Amino acid sequence: MIVAKRKPLNEIAEMLAPYKKVTIIGCRSCVAICLAGGEKEVKMLVSALKIKNKRDGRKQQIEGTVVERQCEKEWVQEIEDEILDSDVTLSMACSLGAQTIGDMYPKHLTFPGLNTGIFGVPEEQGVWSENCVGCGNCIIHTTGGICPIARCAKSMLNGPCGGSANRKCEVNLEVDCAWSAIYDRLKLQNRLDLIESVTPAKDWSASHSGGRRVIVREDAKLTQHQKKGKGVT
Amino acid sequence: MTEPRPKIVGFCCERHGMDAVVLAARSGKQFEVSVRLVQVPCTGRVDGMHILRSLEEGADAVFVLGCLEKNCYYDTGSIEGRKRVGYVKQMLSELGLEKERVEMFNAASSNSWVFPEIVAKMVEVVRKFGPVGGEKR
Ligand code: SF4
Ligand code: SF4
Repeated sequence: MIVAKRKPLNEIAEMLAPYKKVTIIGCRSCVAICLAGGEKEVKMLVSALKIKNKRDGRKQQIEGTVVERQCEKEWVQEIEDEILDSDVTLSMACSLGAQTIGDMYPKHLTFPGLNTGIFGVPEEQGVWSENCVGCGNCIIHTTGGICPIARCAKSMLNGPCGGSANRKCEVNLEVDCAWSAIYDRLKLQNRLDLIESVTPAKDWSASHSGGRRVIVREDAKLTQHQKKGKGVT
Repeated sequence: MTEPRPKIVGFCCERHGMDAVVLAARSGKQFEVSVRLVQVPCTGRVDGMHILRSLEEGADAVFVLGCLEKNCYYDTGSIEGRKRVGYVKQMLSELGLEKERVEMFNAASSNSWVFPEIVAKMVEVVRKFGPVGGEKR
């Protein structure tokens, strides 16, 4: 899932300070699971900002609400009035949610309440680790199911590098060496031959370097005729 | 004109926390403050949301009172409670507000002195910082 972290509250308060009417919108999907921007976090933020305003004697109307998935227009549309009725919207979803609102209502101000971080897995309660960077061309079938792009500091395809020691990464001794983990996993699977074979340079054309990427599934798209029937332009 | 009394909200677990409060109350001690107690099954049930909401709605200070950490009726409930209080303190600090307004305490049923001590401590905090949105009391 997408893992995000709330921005420091003073930063949020500063962002919102010039506006009289604020709507804070959470999301019930990834960011609720990672405890950053679900219903509870929205309620806590609304309360905290109101307390701050009370202290500073600032008159500001703050409302909080939450949608099922903020990155999907259909859900956002349901709270259109609340969005447009405010001077500014603070999105407590990942940036996908914030940008969805921004794209739907381009004249309206939508600010991010979270810093969107990683594609992560819950390691233990309260800990999420990055396991994929969305390179667009997955190779983990050759690396024991462990991603060297995300988990190796140098994204090496033929690791480990010379700095790997005692299963730790030379870049940060707190971090596990991805290639050490790959070695262990391949050994467990009796596939150590894979670590000896040389992996050629990766085709990065599917990665981020070419600008914004779009994934299309042609058979799922609506034809012009279908769009007309559904009133979609 | 009499000074307004500090408004304090306390979330107390129904086990050791509340027992300690009842024991203190039996002593007949009077308090010059308004302490509103909210009984919860366990301080692990108290959420940052409840603490912040109390401050938002007019409390000057909020405390959470649970069992002693190694003697919690629900094993780790009061540890959870302490973490929630810690998170709210951090939120208040980030906003430049006084984190001292929120505090976690622990007690055993037989600790009759704990509740009066908590009240005294929270009153001191309110006297020092005043109400959230106004003049010092
Ligand atoms: S190889 Fe690419 S797609 Fe596969 S896990 Fe790593 S970053 Fe993600
Ligand atoms: S020590 Fe391991 S994880 Fe770190 S850069 Fe080298 S190969 Fe990558």
